[in-house]
Amino acid sequence: MTTMPTTFFEWVFFLLQQYGGIFVKGAVVTLLLALVGTFIGCLIGFVVGLIQTIPVGPNTGAGKRVFYKIVRWLLDAYVELFRGTPMIVQAMVVYYGSMSVFDIDMSAMFAGFLVVSINTGAYMAETVRGGINSIDPGQTEAATAIGMNHYKTMRCVILPQALRNIMPQIGNNLIINIKDTSVLNVISVTELYFSSKSAAGVYYKYFEVFFITCVIYFVMTFTVSRILRWIEGRMEGPRDYQLVTYDPMHDPCGHFPLPTIKKEQEK
Amino acid sequence: MEQDKRILQITNLRKNFGDREILKGIDFSVDKGDVVCIIGPSGSGKSTLIRCINFLETPTSGDIYFKGENVLAKYNDLSLYRTKVGMVFQQFNLFSNMSVLENCMVGQTRVLRKDKESARQTAMKYLYYVGMADYINAKPHQLSGGQKQRVAIARAMALEPEVLLLDEPTSALDSEMVGEVLSVMRELAEAGLTMIVVTHEMAFAREAASKVIFIDQGVIAEEATPEVIFKNPANPRTREFLSRFNQNN
Ligand SMILES: Nc1ncnc2c1ncn2[C@@H]1O[C@H](COP(=O)(O)OP(=O)(O)O)[C@@H](O)[C@H]1O
Ligand SMILES: [Mg+2]
Repeated sequence: MTTMPTTFFEWVFFLLQQYGGIFVKGAVVTLLLALVGTFIGCLIGFVVGLIQTIPVGPNTGAGKRVFYKIVRWLLDAYVELFRGTPMIVQAMVVYYGSMSVFDIDMSAMFAGFLVVSINTGAYMAETVRGGINSIDPGQTEAATAIGMNHYKTMRCVILPQALRNIMPQIGNNLIINIKDTSVLNVISVTELYFSSKSAAGVYYKYFEVFFITCVIYFVMTFTVSRILRWIEGRMEGPRDYQLVTYDPMHDPCGHFPLPTIKKEQEK
Repeated sequence: MEQDKRILQITNLRKNFGDREILKGIDFSVDKGDVVCIIGPSGSGKSTLIRCINFLETPTSGDIYFKGENVLAKYNDLSLYRTKVGMVFQQFNLFSNMSVLENCMVGQTRVLRKDKESARQTAMKYLYYVGMADYINAKPHQLSGGQKQRVAIARAMALEPEVLLLDEPTSALDSEMVGEVLSVMRELAEAGLTMIVVTHEMAFAREAASKVIFIDQGVIAEEATPEVIFKNPANPRTREFLSRFNQNN
């Protein structure tokens, strides 16, 4: 029979030994929820942001225009609704609502992933829209002028730049999600906060347990924040460039362009 | 035959922005090998006109014929037409996420669907031509204005267009860089490329143009050879514009 711990650190050590596995499991679930939720949220955000920035000009047909209008109205409603209500309430509504209204018995975990994803999606939609709009329209014009359509322009020119610009925002969302998935305890998702609460209840050691929880949350967010900063640095690319010496005589295309143009004009 | 030489024909082109009529019925034609310089006071509609030619702006009415065929009737997808009518912008508008070489390849690979190697070769050909072959790895923000504009010209030329449109290609440049861009344009003109150039570089217009068009308040006020426009303009407004212009420069 081991003697019961007395000091704060003894308790922390004891609780770690007793519930280490539960903490780890909780942390893993939290990370999974945050990572998957942010990832799917980003996908949703990109799709919504893209649809909202499709140019509607005087050449767009009337039917198409009405269609875009309806779709955009729905997407706007989605964004406003999910930005304008707390995630904790969304979790309750989705989880219990799906059960009582639609008779769908989704697992709490699934409801958790769903809520985090669509919640993040609503925020990311606005971020992506801003990211796209921040790119100088001159580049879109240049792309149009070399014959690229809207899709190709987005894919090759605008989105790569927008993505780079909104990386800090994505990171922010991921960190917020690591912390805010704790609200999913209300539908009994066994993430870190929920697990901690269960562990704390056994010996009524709330302070000691949540001290450990606090450290785990911070380690997770801090690590993620550093990794993201490193990725951002990588995306910047090299700061300088190497000159290359180009000798047209040693290139398979090493003929001089001047006569070529002339020939084309003459034929 | 006369008809084969004609590469662009613009008839009764009008453009409104809201209820303001910016272009009030423009007619002119461009033959193969022509260098048409468009001059005129700022706000007179020069950019709007040149942007209508490749449909960056949709004309309110009027027609554009490319090699005898009505563009809107023939090309239901304007992409193909735009690859034949290149454009160079005042603000360069290079793709900032791409290197110099990629800027000159992306249109070839994505629009013309050429394979990478032949796209690279064509890109190198024109980059060499504009004197930027050594800079293929640079990103646009690492270049000077003159270098950017030369890359922009190479990007447009890499699609081997039949007409090149240039909208004040030297207006955003510091004066010491104007020369390098103008000399590329002179070489292109000498090589026989068909060009429509909106410019304030009267010396260039005088030497290189086969025809000068003076636009004032949305109409062509005068269209003539450079000799006539610069030495003996028929329209008093042309004379006034040029003399005011010479005072300011
Ligand atoms: N997208 C637009 N919307 C409304 N007015 C415009 C637009 N583009 C140009 N204009 C107006 O059209 C007129 C001609 O412009 P522009 O063709 O750029 O002149 P220029 O190139 O000869 O200086 C100007 O008065 C300008 O304000
Ligand atoms: Mg202009």
